[in-house]
Formats: sequence, structure tokens, C-alpha cells
Amino acid sequence: MNAPGRAWVYGNDINTDLLAPAAYLKGSMEEAASHCLEDLDANFAASVHEGDIFVAGENLGIGSSREQAPQALQLLGIRAVLAKSFGRIFYRNALNLGMPTLVCPHADRIRSGDRLRVDAAAGVVHNVSTGEDLTCESLPDHLLEMVGDGGLIPHLKKKLSASKPR
Amino acid sequence: MSMTLAEKILARAAGRECVRPGDIVTCQVDLAMMHDSSGPRRLAPKLEELGVDVWDPGKAVVITDHFVGESDAQSVQIQALTRDWAAQRRLRGYHEAQGICHVVLPERGHLRPGMFVVGGDSHSTTGGAFGCFMTGLGATDMAGVLATGSAWMRVPETLRVRVDGILGEGVAAKDVILFLCHEIGINGAGYMAAEYTGSGVTAMAMDERMVLANMAVELGAKCGIVAPDDTTCDWLAGVGVDVNDAHDWQSDGDAAIAREITIDATGLTPQVAAPHSPENSAPVDTHTGTAIDQAYIGACTGAKLDDLRMVARIVDGRRVADGVRFFVAPASVRIADQAEREGTLESLRASGATILHSACGACIGLGPARLGAGEVGISSSSRNFQGRMGDPSSQTYLSSPYTVAASALAGCIADPRAYL
Repeated sequence: MNAPGRAWVYGNDINTDLLAPAAYLKGSMEEAASHCLEDLDANFAASVHEGDIFVAGENLGIGSSREQAPQALQLLGIRAVLAKSFGRIFYRNALNLGMPTLVCPHADRIRSGDRLRVDAAAGVVHNVSTGEDLTCESLPDHLLEMVGDGGLIPHLKKKLSASKPR
Repeated sequence: MSMTLAEKILARAAGRECVRPGDIVTCQVDLAMMHDSSGPRRLAPKLEELGVDVWDPGKAVVITDHFVGESDAQSVQIQALTRDWAAQRRLRGYHEAQGICHVVLPERGHLRPGMFVVGGDSHSTTGGAFGCFMTGLGATDMAGVLATGSAWMRVPETLRVRVDGILGEGVAAKDVILFLCHEIGINGAGYMAAEYTGSGVTAMAMDERMVLANMAVELGAKCGIVAPDDTTCDWLAGVGVDVNDAHDWQSDGDAAIAREITIDATGLTPQVAAPHSPENSAPVDTHTGTAIDQAYIGACTGAKLDDLRMVARIVDGRRVADGVRFFVAPASVRIADQAEREGTLESLRASGATILHSACGACIGLGPARLGAGEVGISSSSRNFQGRMGDPSSQTYLSSPYTVAASALAGCIADPRAYL
């Protein structure tokens, strides 16, 4: 199992415009990511580390279909996303990018800086800092498999090559 | 088995007799719509990686609207890439700079009741006004659709929104949906199908039904849908789409639904959503007198022909208040042409309005109607998240076109009923 990741905890209604401001969508993904959440927390983009975990309350990712919202988090190093509830397109987008994305009804028990281990297959978040295990809604099998393959494109690649006649 | 309209469409697209909420089904896609932001520029590399191309170009449409009217090098490059990608494939449709995708799609005859349609934009729910199951997807999802011709869907529960009675003078579908955003909250219909019914919906023209379907996504819904009736069929006949199966695309009377909400249209007053969420809506009285720097009529939500006519009813023969910028971006070129022919645009110009490109514009923080630091705007668009329409310190109020127009005249948020 991976080393525990550091939690970044935010509140309700974190929308796609906050995660990926429209003004930077024309440019590179790196540029968009560098402005991720800047209107809410100017330090976030510069301070996130590889392996960190993004935690939010209700309605994470409401708004636009822009995939740059979860992609910015991923590019900055976020390796799993937990929230009490999601905007549905963000949820699909994050999973399609291969990020474990879990509905975690008790996400409010996590504090910023807590060290978390996310077991997507079991649907459990282990909070190493508090010793607590938080049960999440389990992902349907087809999504677990897709995330396990690294996202929709690697998943389709595998399926397409398996179906090609030899 | 009894089914709702959304379930019937998903069952048909999944090749099943029957589906139930919670089922996860693979649906064959009848039509895939893309635009210039999430479309070819982000999809093409993914398709290349997969080594496949569009499964059926006859079922794919590209409409440019996001970076239209922008002259910076990046926008020009994105337009060129999109144009070339579309030209290399014999797509069902490529509509460049003809207006906002959600309005251009039905206008060019691409939608009919019963279709399962995906669009690379959250406001794709708009297509549900025509009795389609239409939902928004991100770029990787769309690449998967283009590669396989299918998409997985969790069959949504249905929220029935019954609008009873006829809206009063100066009150519009936008007021209904803002009221609903407040009633159930910004994700109150999360993952659900929102079906709009009742005498108030039956009485609405297509432009108004499109507002309800469009902002279903503001409720978190997977789709917003209105069952087809004579109004739908007449409108579609006008764009060359003959419908003879409208009776197949109706919810069964005894179909199970998750929740029903009834809205009294007769008693509804104009609504205004305060910054920074559509759910912050309240009767216009709550905000009357709040000074504004700008009034904006635009976006897929609030700049269709009927919206422009609402504005004309308010501003005709009057002048916009000194110091207020009044911008109007008709939702499509066809709408702008018609509004020009009938004198509506002239009436708007005479009041002091500046007519902008038919593009997404200020709704996504682009173009000349972008709000500056600390500025206050009122807009007929759908979303007023912090920073969306300009500087992070700007404030956007949402309302119907009537209320935007009245506020432009008053220089502050105003009740449009005083101007009728």
C-alpha cells in the first residue's frame, strides 16, 4: 500500500471555476493548474505535494464539464479525492483520469494535514493521524477496474487491444 | 413495467426492455456534440493514443462558441485546430461561430424526442427541452464516446417538477428555475433526472422550456427533460424535423419517481440570485436598489429570441441609466438575424445596448463584458460563481431578461413589473 498522503481539506460547494478558472483554460494544463483554487487559497497550488489527498464537503466540483478541474488537482500531485458529495461531471471526469474518487460521508472528520491512506477497492479511508477508519461508498466494479487501469483511456486501450484479432 | 421518460430513453439506448434507477447501463449514443474548448483540441490526442477515430461521423457535431470573437493567438490557434479536425471528418455538422452550441444544436435540426445525446459541456441538459435525454460529459468521457459509440450511465431517479398555473406578467421561466435552485439547493437534484410538467410548462414556448432544462445542471441533475407535445413538434417542424412518435416519449402515469415538487407559477414573483450561487435566489424586492455597473443579456440560458423580446418590452422607448454598461450577446446568429428583421435589436440599440458576438462571452469571463475588480453586474446567464464572469472581487446577480433589462434602465436592481 502507498505511503499515506497529506489531506487538504476544504468546505462545501468547491466549484469548477475555483478549481480551473476560465481565464486560463486557453493555455497549457500546467498554467491552469498553477491557478487552481487561487481565489480560495492562494497557497494551495504551490504547496501541494505528490501523493496528497483532496478532501471537501458537499457538492465538490459542481458547475462546468471542464476536465481541467480534476486534472489540475492531479497535475499538482493529488492522488485521491474525497467528498461528502460531488457534482456528477466532476466525479466522472476524476475517475476517467484514473483518480480514486470516493463519496465519503464522514469527510468532515478529516483535518487538514492529517495523513490518510485511501483503499479505493475496499472503500475505506484510514486516517493514520487519528487512527480512525472512515467508510466510503464503494465504487461499482466497472469503475474500480477503470481506475485500476489508470483511467478511461488506458482502460479502453487495454480493451481495444484485447479485442483485436491476432 | 411503468417507466419515466428518462428511463424509457435510457432503456431504448441500452437495448433493454426496462431499466430501473440505480441500474448501470451502457447506452448507444445517438448524437455527440462538442465545442471548441473541451472538443477536438482536448480529444484528438486521446483518440490518437487509442489509435481510433470517430465511431460514426454521422453522429457527431462540432459547434464553436467558447473562443469565438477572441483575437488572441491561443484562441485563433484553437479555432484553426477545431476547424481542421472537423474538416478532416465528414461530421454530421460543423457550425463555426454560429452561436452557442446548446441553442445552435436544436436550431439546426439535430435533436428529436427520444434521443440519447451527450455533449461536452455541462449545460448540455438544455437538449432535454426537446424530449431528449441529453447530458454533459468531460473531454476524456467524450473521447471514449467517440471511440466506442457508447457511454455508461447510472439510471437516475426522477425528480418531477410540476409548475402549476400561468406565470404573471414580467415573470419568466428563469424565475421558476432560480426559485427552484433556492428551494432544493445547488446540488439538490444531484445525479437525478429533473422532469418538468404541469400546466405552467405546457404553456411555455420552447425558448422558455430550454431555460428549465438548461439550468437543471445547476440543480446537479444529470438531465432536465420536458415530454414532447404539440409545442415541441411545431417548433421542430419549423427546423425541418418531423416528429411522429411523440406519444412514445412520455412518462407513464404510474411510473415511480423519487420526489415531486410543485411550484405555483401564478403566485411567483421575479427572482434574483445573489453572488456567488444560483441557489442564493430571493424575490427581487430583497435586492431592489442595489447599484449595478453592468447589465448582461447573454449565454445559452438568457439570450434566445424570446429573451431578447422580453428585453425589448422593457426598454422600448427608454434609455439605459447613465454609467451602466448594457451588453447583449444574442445566443445565435439566426436569432440575431431574426431579432434584427423584426426590429427587436434596433429597439435594444436605441436604449443604449451594445450588441456583441453570438458566443459564450462574459458567461465564461471572456469578451468586453467581463467584470472588473469590485464591479457589480446583473446577468441573464446561469451561473454566478465567484470570478466566473470576471475579476474574483466582482459580484454577479442572476435574473430573468426582464429583470436585467429593468435594472439596466434603473441603474440598480429593479422589479421589471414596474416597466410593463
